[in-house]
Amino acid sequence: MDILSLLPPWLLTHGVALLVVLPLLAGAAMAVIPRERIAWTITFMVMLICMLCALTLALQVIDQGRLSYKMGGWEPPYGIEYVVDALSAPVLLLISAMAVICLFYASPSVKAEVEPKKRAAFYGAFLICAAGLLGMVVTGDAFNVFVFLEVSSISTYVLVAMGHSRDRRALRAAYDYLILGSIGATFFVIGIGFLYMETGTLNMADMSNILDGLDGGSRVAQVGFAFIVIGLGLKLAMFPLHMWLPGAYAHAPSFVTIFLASTATKAALYLLLRFAFTIFDLSFDYVVTILSQFVLVLAVVGMVFASIQAIFQTDVRRVLAFSSIAQVGYILLGLSFLTLSGLTASYVHLINHAFIKGGLFLAVGAMWYRFGITRVADFRGLSKTMPWTMSAFTISGLSLIGVPLTAGFVSKLQLATAAWERGYGWAVGVILFSSILALVYIGRILRVAYFETPPQINGVEVLKNEAPLIMLIPMWILAILSIVIGINAGWVVDAAGRAAELLIPTQMIGRGL
Amino acid sequence: MTDLFSSFNYGVIIILMMLGLYVVFAARNLIKRLVGLSVFQTSVFLFYISLGKVSGGQPPILVDSRGLEKTDHAASPIVQVAASDDIAAIHSLHHVEAVLYSNPLPHVLILTAIVVGVATLAIGLALTVRIREVYGSIEEDVIDRLDYQYNLEGAGE
Amino acid sequence: MVSPEISLALLLLIPLAASGLTGLCGQRPNLREAITFIASFALLAIVIHLIGFVAAGQRPELYLGSFAGDFEFKLILEPLGAVFAAIASSLWILNSLFTMGYMRGNNEKNQTRFFLFVAIAIAAVMGIAASGNLITLFIFYEVLTLSTLPLVAHKGDAKARKGGTIYGLILMGTSLAFLLPAVIGTHVIAGTTDFQVGGVFPSGTSLLTTSILLFLFAFGIGKAALMPVHPWLPNAMVAPTPVSALLHAVAVVKAGVFTMIKVVTLIFGPSLAAATPMSTVLSWVAAISIVVASLIALRQDNLKARLAYSTVSQLAYVTLGAMLAAPAAIIGGALQIVMHAWGKITLFMCAGAIYTVTHRTNISQLDGLGRSMPWVFGAFLIGALSIIGAPPLGGSWPKYFLMVGALDSGKAILIAALIVSSILNVIYLIPVAARGFLKPPADPDIDAKITAQKGAYKWVIIPPVLTAFGAFILFFFSGPIIDFLMPILPDGAF
Repeated sequence: MDILSLLPPWLLTHGVALLVVLPLLAGAAMAVIPRERIAWTITFMVMLICMLCALTLALQVIDQGRLSYKMGGWEPPYGIEYVVDALSAPVLLLISAMAVICLFYASPSVKAEVEPKKRAAFYGAFLICAAGLLGMVVTGDAFNVFVFLEVSSISTYVLVAMGHSRDRRALRAAYDYLILGSIGATFFVIGIGFLYMETGTLNMADMSNILDGLDGGSRVAQVGFAFIVIGLGLKLAMFPLHMWLPGAYAHAPSFVTIFLASTATKAALYLLLRFAFTIFDLSFDYVVTILSQFVLVLAVVGMVFASIQAIFQTDVRRVLAFSSIAQVGYILLGLSFLTLSGLTASYVHLINHAFIKGGLFLAVGAMWYRFGITRVADFRGLSKTMPWTMSAFTISGLSLIGVPLTAGFVSKLQLATAAWERGYGWAVGVILFSSILALVYIGRILRVAYFETPPQINGVEVLKNEAPLIMLIPMWILAILSIVIGINAGWVVDAAGRAAELLIPTQMIGRGL
Repeated sequence: MTDLFSSFNYGVIIILMMLGLYVVFAARNLIKRLVGLSVFQTSVFLFYISLGKVSGGQPPILVDSRGLEKTDHAASPIVQVAASDDIAAIHSLHHVEAVLYSNPLPHVLILTAIVVGVATLAIGLALTVRIREVYGSIEEDVIDRLDYQYNLEGAGE
Repeated sequence: MVSPEISLALLLLIPLAASGLTGLCGQRPNLREAITFIASFALLAIVIHLIGFVAAGQRPELYLGSFAGDFEFKLILEPLGAVFAAIASSLWILNSLFTMGYMRGNNEKNQTRFFLFVAIAIAAVMGIAASGNLITLFIFYEVLTLSTLPLVAHKGDAKARKGGTIYGLILMGTSLAFLLPAVIGTHVIAGTTDFQVGGVFPSGTSLLTTSILLFLFAFGIGKAALMPVHPWLPNAMVAPTPVSALLHAVAVVKAGVFTMIKVVTLIFGPSLAAATPMSTVLSWVAAISIVVASLIALRQDNLKARLAYSTVSQLAYVTLGAMLAAPAAIIGGALQIVMHAWGKITLFMCAGAIYTVTHRTNISQLDGLGRSMPWVFGAFLIGALSIIGAPPLGGSWPKYFLMVGALDSGKAILIAALIVSSILNVIYLIPVAARGFLKPPADPDIDAKITAQKGAYKWVIIPPVLTAFGAFILFFFSGPIIDFLMPILPDGAF
């Protein structure tokens, strides 16, 4: 690869570590930085470097395959190993790119929603959260995953609670998230404990080899797997472990919601893929049972119930939050097919949904910024008062429904085809039924925005008041991305295909069907 | 009977774990729920510490022949034993005249987990303080009622 | 000479460019409409140019890349698509003329938005006509739904909102719930969704599977308005008349029945479709739709509503032709697309002309109006006779072929439905014209005023006269059209 030879060697060798260390250190430094502008600039620069690192890594992975970095020079399996491969590279790029895109938007949005004194600290918490998410994805050590999971979670609780100056219910939402998030993380660490008991190692690759040697291991490993699935299930908002999500998304500052919606659940989903398919694998019967029965049922129920709940919400952010739970159901459904095409579809939707939901929340945040509205009823006439924002919302919304020529269609088409190939004709029906429910809850918002006249204040119709350009740019980037993927999804599908091949190696194809 | 006693600590861990979880879900007071969460997390710490125990193993502190603590780590042969009850493996280790230590790794891990737990608790308590300032109560029933009124008045903006 | 690939690309690009330019020239109505006209003539020229290739046995092909794995995005023009493209592009010209007169005559708001979305809808129609496989067709099908939604709800009042909601919900809902699974099922079972003469399913596909798929297609193609998924069509009549005329008599509904015929002939193949038990059931559903919709039409006093139910009935002719799956019936269905388009657009334009000049919408208000507006009512009478199927008008051929087809496929009893429907057509269409010409005016003074000022509205009166003339001319051109369409059937089928 030519681009790689142009890059400085330190970036190639230490890019993996920089990805995590840089935001972590910068986040700590925020504690002493008094000025918001400086804080924003540093955050932006750091995340930009992270994105470049992630991009470099993705290119390297395409070129060389699996990359391994020994933290502190200790050899694995004793030392902590950082691993980047076809599965993690796209997620790393997704997280860092979404962070950069959101940060454009942050400066006006944070000014409007967070108390002046806390703004520098806010960026600090954000950096630590990003570091945690990137760390979760990049690390090859099971206990290290827990540490980063908690690093990102704890900073997320703080970020959600920062929404209290805009909406005091944010405090309660953060508290609930803290309780459930900690339980989830603790379940996860119990699972890791059981795995350590069985294998005597914490390195993921080593763990996988030892488990293979033990032919799936004893009941200890089985219990460990169950704990890990439930712990991660809480983190990724698998139905019915999703209770924390609507509150957290609805009351956090807009910027936090956007970032969380497009990255946090995705990182947890990545971990589920990593644990279920590479550390454990499909040659173990219990893995097949849990995934193809337990997860399948929860995914289907989640897709339908969360979509129905979304229809009855009055607050747009809650509509979108419930929709997120339903979309997680789609991703889990693809995963539970245990086929290459199913996993490809899952992974495609993981990426697409990040763009789609990010775009929607960006638009909703801009509406709050201009008019202070989040309720569906208040969307009256937004097509006239904020035409550009509303158009971006519409494109992303159509993509969420799965209208052709948008990213959402690509992922639903892939998923439905995978379901049919797997022999689950009924699942095709569920996917499309859920799409129709999406049509209803997004259509309801669009209807109010397009067909009703703007509200009148003191007898005067509200005037056009478009969001500032710096807010429009990120939401249009995501909306256009959604259309680009809808027209040519080749690159996303290829990336997902490479990840899926890593998850189900050739000799494992057809296992558990 | 020996089985029962050898896994006695695991029994305690399970009881503590269930107790903690029950308190988290049953209590309606924000502080009490945090207490439950702490108990739950502590049971996991105990679980990890129990994992590290190797039957017959010494505390994992390096000493030289004179009984003094060694400082030169690189020179000493560290033998790590996985936390398994595989007696044969342990005996085979005796053949190379290694000292049998309990596994120190889980202890180190749990130090990290304790720090994480403390941080979580601190954030939880800080949130409770803020909730008390805003709502004037830490009883969930009261807060729910206030939020309900808040929603009805449409003061969400 | 423009190569076939570039011509195919232009098929999509011309209307899209027109849409973009009308958006930019919103402040200058004359320039905006000039663009629409130039684009519509250019489009017709390209379509005629392409028909030259198709008639010579070529199949212009344009590969736009693969999207989402092994789903391909490609355009191939075959005879059926070429005919559909020709209808849509030629009527776009006449309808643009009518739109201009109507919009200015009624001082409609947001005219630019209107022209913009019509152009996008035309692009989608061209995409449907030239789709090389089912998935491409599905995409353009949805684009057509979305681009016409703002047109249906154009007025923006409560009624328009309700119409728009029903329109969107039924069309999007059926396509997502039935059509998409059918497309995916075809892809999985046949391994391809490319249109092929004689069908794509491997021999030995179980008839139960093909029955299920045929059912999903028949109701998934909501635009074909087969009962009971027809309610969107009458509800869409809240749209301004040019929309009803072009889209709900020509583009949208014809896209639906066109898809139906294309699926039966080029995905199933006539012999497999005929062997599938579901086709018998569906041909009965179509026959019932024909009669029931005619009966409902009879009870409507609002002229546009009556025409809408008449459309539901006439569309079921095409579905019937497809489901009978005999070669003659399929040719009959395809001819019905052509003939009904010219006939029905005439009727809708007449309704629009009457509304623009007199602001009357109900049939009971039309007494004696034919004396003030003889051209409009004359055009209406010709259009109505074509719909009824009276020679020497275009509409008579499809009925003849459908009857032959019904006989060929051993379902002679369905001929009864066609005859009953023709009688009902006479009962609900002819009185409209008869009232205008024969009954005395309710208030001669007002009608005299109308006669005096109608010169100002010549642009809503000329287009229906032209399309009525077209409906007449087509009677003599059915032979070439049938010859042109023959290659869509397997060799020796006819």
